[in-house]
Amino acid sequence: MSLTSSHRADGMSSKYDVLVIGGGNAALCAAISARRGGASVLVLEGAPKFYRGGNTRHTRNMRCAHDAATEILTGPYTEDEFWEDLLRVTGGQTDEVLARHMIRESKDILNWIVEQGVRWQPSLGGTLSLGRTNSFFLGGGRAMLNALYLTAERLGVDVEYDAEVTDLVIEDGMFLAARLKRPIKGETEIRATSLVAAAGGFEANIEWLKQYWGEAADNFLIRGTPYNRGSILKMLLDKGVQEVGDPTQCHAVAIDARAPKFDGGIITRHDSVVFGIVVNKHSQRFYDEGEDIWPKRYAIWGRLVAAQPDQIAYIIFDSTVVTSFMPTLFPPIAGQTVAELAGKLELDAVALEKTVTEFNAAVRPGTFDHTILDDCVTEGITPQKTHWARKIETPPYLAYPVRPGITFTYLGTRVNKEARMQMADGKPSANMFAAGEIMAGNVLGKGYAAGMGMTIGSVFGRIAGREAARHAKN
Amino acid sequence: MHGTKILDEADRLMTVCNSCRYCEGLCAVFPAMEMRRAFSDGDLNYLANLCHSCGACYVDCQFSPPHEFNVNVPQTLAVARAESYAAYAWPQALSGAFARNGLVISIVAALSMAAFILGFAALNDRSVLFGVHTGPGAFYKLMPHNAMAVLFSAAFLYAILALAMSVRTFWRDIGTPIGGRADGGSIFQAIRDAGELRYLHGGGVGCYNEDDKPTDRRKLFHHLTFYGFLLCFAATSVATLYHYLLAREAPYPWWDLPVVLGTLGGVGLIVGPIGLFIAKSRRAPELLDEQRYGMDVGFIAMLFLTGFTGMLLLLLRETAAMGPLLALHLGAVFALFITMPYGKFVHGIYRFAALVRYAQERRSEAGS
Repeated sequence: MSLTSSHRADGMSSKYDVLVIGGGNAALCAAISARRGGASVLVLEGAPKFYRGGNTRHTRNMRCAHDAATEILTGPYTEDEFWEDLLRVTGGQTDEVLARHMIRESKDILNWIVEQGVRWQPSLGGTLSLGRTNSFFLGGGRAMLNALYLTAERLGVDVEYDAEVTDLVIEDGMFLAARLKRPIKGETEIRATSLVAAAGGFEANIEWLKQYWGEAADNFLIRGTPYNRGSILKMLLDKGVQEVGDPTQCHAVAIDARAPKFDGGIITRHDSVVFGIVVNKHSQRFYDEGEDIWPKRYAIWGRLVAAQPDQIAYIIFDSTVVTSFMPTLFPPIAGQTVAELAGKLELDAVALEKTVTEFNAAVRPGTFDHTILDDCVTEGITPQKTHWARKIETPPYLAYPVRPGITFTYLGTRVNKEARMQMADGKPSANMFAAGEIMAGNVLGKGYAAGMGMTIGSVFGRIAGREAARHAKN
Repeated sequence: MHGTKILDEADRLMTVCNSCRYCEGLCAVFPAMEMRRAFSDGDLNYLANLCHSCGACYVDCQFSPPHEFNVNVPQTLAVARAESYAAYAWPQALSGAFARNGLVISIVAALSMAAFILGFAALNDRSVLFGVHTGPGAFYKLMPHNAMAVLFSAAFLYAILALAMSVRTFWRDIGTPIGGRADGGSIFQAIRDAGELRYLHGGGVGCYNEDDKPTDRRKLFHHLTFYGFLLCFAATSVATLYHYLLAREAPYPWWDLPVVLGTLGGVGLIVGPIGLFIAKSRRAPELLDEQRYGMDVGFIAMLFLTGFTGMLLLLLRETAAMGPLLALHLGAVFALFITMPYGKFVHGIYRFAALVRYAQERRSEAGS
């Protein structure tokens, strides 16, 4: 095999062994893996160079199974434990064969990804609870991407940015070519022997979200770039690839309502729910704020807020807990009285006072410890707060307004263990593979556990690239 | 709100960064930031001087321009750092020297070298100035040793005093409790961190220059410059000891310790600054404080001039060029000494103090 030769995609007649559509973790793992398998590879990234990589830009860790502690992981995380965690967060809505395969493969990814130039570090400040299970990228997700791109380019993978794929030519489950709109050179067609689709979900496509969510989707904030529009996913589904996953399911968290519509990333999230109460626009509580410990509870609040009127909620707490959680990008909104705070939040002051008063009256004595499921509970109110319940009574009273922040959607293309797409008629595609968020729904029926998205991307990306190269070379 | 616009911006960025923290493995700045929730002027000046400007956090940041959050930590801290030099300068009356530093350094250097040439010409007979002098005491035929010793000791002591007063203000500003003392362990840690440029390393891959491919070039050239400077300083110190303790007068043969040290140092002071200058010229402008180009280049040029004139003097010391070259070399060294507290030289002093402070913070955090 030759790692130095590569094709240029400048002419109409150019043909690659493997075409990778997408530019994030899954796409780059696929490209590198295919190139190391001896294939000529072209990566088409729809975003400009700065925004390359989709949601990978905003990630910071990956969940991989491992049998012993490592330099950066504090203890073992067995395949079985990973599987049980996945089973719990998805409520059983997962493909066991595929999921167990992914978990098994994730063990080797810990080393493989380092060989591709990515560097690990121990869990970041404020994330100690992930120190055993999740490996963090030194410098974050964009550093990880930068390393993968450098490696891909060094190996001779061609990469085009601003490369918007406008159509896929697929016949009988066989990929033939992709039509491409280039900003300068105009329309062109790129043929390849195999296709790896790693172009993410459709979370930035508000119109598509509205099909399932209605007007509520207008109030969603998108945590990643505006380029995650799901156009490749839609083309594939339209051309006979079998669909997997519930289109309303996604990874969504509560993020600051003051965040930008797109690409606010990690820094707009709020993790202060446990330290107070959460009310909707009618000043009513709607869910047990003390249900579970971070990060397990982290991924449920996006959907909870999405179900509230106008898709907005307010985390209300007092000055005693300000230093209990990470500093936030947007400062809390403050009031010397609950009524003043309500005024600033444009909530009904009487209603908010009533909610806070009733909550305070229901708080039972206990020993507060936010690192465990402690015994601070409420009695006699609905919903109950089952842990970390403490009175909100020390001014200034503070609040964060939050909205659903959509990370990525789970609707995707069905694949098998080779990451090979399955057609609607049940047959495997001859030469089409998928990796990353575009096929996350195979594993994630619902729910989320930190770092899973990157596991899906790296594991299936590596497999997809390998299989795509194998097909092309035969 | 802070005293200056740049500190306001640094505060904004540290608030963004503190809610992200992806960069905490890259250097000392981000772990130090994480120990705080709010930032005083002193905190920000501390962080600014702790930053080695490797550029990794810019390349790795998902919010760097053109993102609307516009996070550019290396450039912002570079500007804040440069402004802190003026803010802590002693005496404050001379802080204006930092405003147009390249010009100030050039004028001082030119005046200093001119003064030595004129002085040599005025005080020496033409046949002495352009004569060939060899053997012990050759240099002192042009300028008596005692005059040299007094002049340069005075310049050097003044520089030490001004630097000490400046760093004292800095230390009080960044320290809690105010006026707290540095412990030996932290100083030792800081010597190691500074000595190996631990944080000019992008967290392990090298630092970012003209593109997205990190290298260790700047670190290498900085090492050549810094250790070249130290070797030259050691050469002068050994020579001084020879003079007073052993009554052995310069010039010394090429194999003798002062010359060996000086030659090695001189090579470092020529190659290092050239490398740093090229690296600076090529570096991506978004990582730089371009307004301080003059200050940076002025200091690089002073070091280069010192090394270059020193090496020329060594090569040609047995020719008629020795007299004028000695004047040039002494003029360069004198200018270097008296501008040390008012130029880029101070970066090393403040950064070292910041590293001591950081080592202290790490130790007290580990202890608590």
